[in-house]
Amino acid sequence: MHTAIQELEKAQLRSDVPDFRPGDTLNVHVRVTEGNRTRIQVFKGVVIRRQGSGIRETFTVRKISYAVGVERTFPVHSPVIEKIEVVSRGRVRRAKLYYLRNLRGKAARIRERR
Amino acid sequence: MTTKQIKGVLGEKLGMTQVFDESGKVVPVTVLKAGPAVVTRVRTPETDGYSAIQLGYGHINPRKVNKPLGDYLRKHNLTPRRHYVEVRTSDASEYTVGQEITADVFQPGEKVDVTGKTKGKGYAGVMKRHGFGGLGASHGTQRKHRSPGSIGGCATPGRVFKGMRMAGRMGNVRRTVQNLTVHSVDAEKGLLLVKGAVPGPNGGLVLVRTAVKGGK
Repeated sequence: MHTAIQELEKAQLRSDVPDFRPGDTLNVHVRVTEGNRTRIQVFKGVVIRRQGSGIRETFTVRKISYAVGVERTFPVHSPVIEKIEVVSRGRVRRAKLYYLRNLRGKAARIRERR
Repeated sequence: MTTKQIKGVLGEKLGMTQVFDESGKVVPVTVLKAGPAVVTRVRTPETDGYSAIQLGYGHINPRKVNKPLGDYLRKHNLTPRRHYVEVRTSDASEYTVGQEITADVFQPGEKVDVTGKTKGKGYAGVMKRHGFGGLGASHGTQRKHRSPGSIGGCATPGRVFKGMRMAGRMGNVRRTVQNLTVHSVDAEKGLLLVKGAVPGPNGGLVLVRTAVKGGK
């Protein structure tokens, strides 16, 4: 990659991203713009995937909302994200937790990592 | 011919990346190193019959420049350039020979046309070259999965029509992508960020011009 592009990408990286992995539960504070007002919305759920690198890195958070599974994918360095809070760290044995989509309730729990 | 004022700059494609816009959306952009290009000649209707500017870009060993061009450049105190192109514009008379043109002729939000030479694909089949569907993967198709199928009738017309799309050389031709939006301009580094893809390989020569369509 050309150095000019590397610099361009580096300038956009955020330094305030906490360390988190698939299996962790996050509170993602998202800036939502409605008309000309902006407010913060919290999206809480389990990280089921983290992929890509550099400015292209994204992660997917899954939660169950009114008995419907909802997944949202964010760029890790997106300016839309106000902050990311790690609620708990989970112990999982794979990098992509797609199996959670087929599980519900008790079976979809993740053991906590110490 | 053209009555529009076309701004143009020569440059190099550096590659693609993504940036976030003000609303936090991801925008795919091509990073172009635009300029510095030099006006090497001004064409006017009185002398040449049309109105245009000639731009030069890139470094070349002066020893490799031929006599006629070298003498012209010496006469106007210009250094030899690797590439020369002409940009047709109605306001050519406002340019002077030797004037430098950089990325900041364009403003963010402006629409531009970008011309480049596409990557050569060599001898390509009809599926790649013309987007044909090919034949079936199964149901008894034998060694014909990527072939075009029928190319015409039998005894009537008894020949293949001219212009029938077939396999052949693909790419390595000049192509223009129209109406790309300039996302941002970095005048200091001479960078131009254009939304979307641009023809050619990284490091390839590109010509960025004001969009011919739309506008006034």
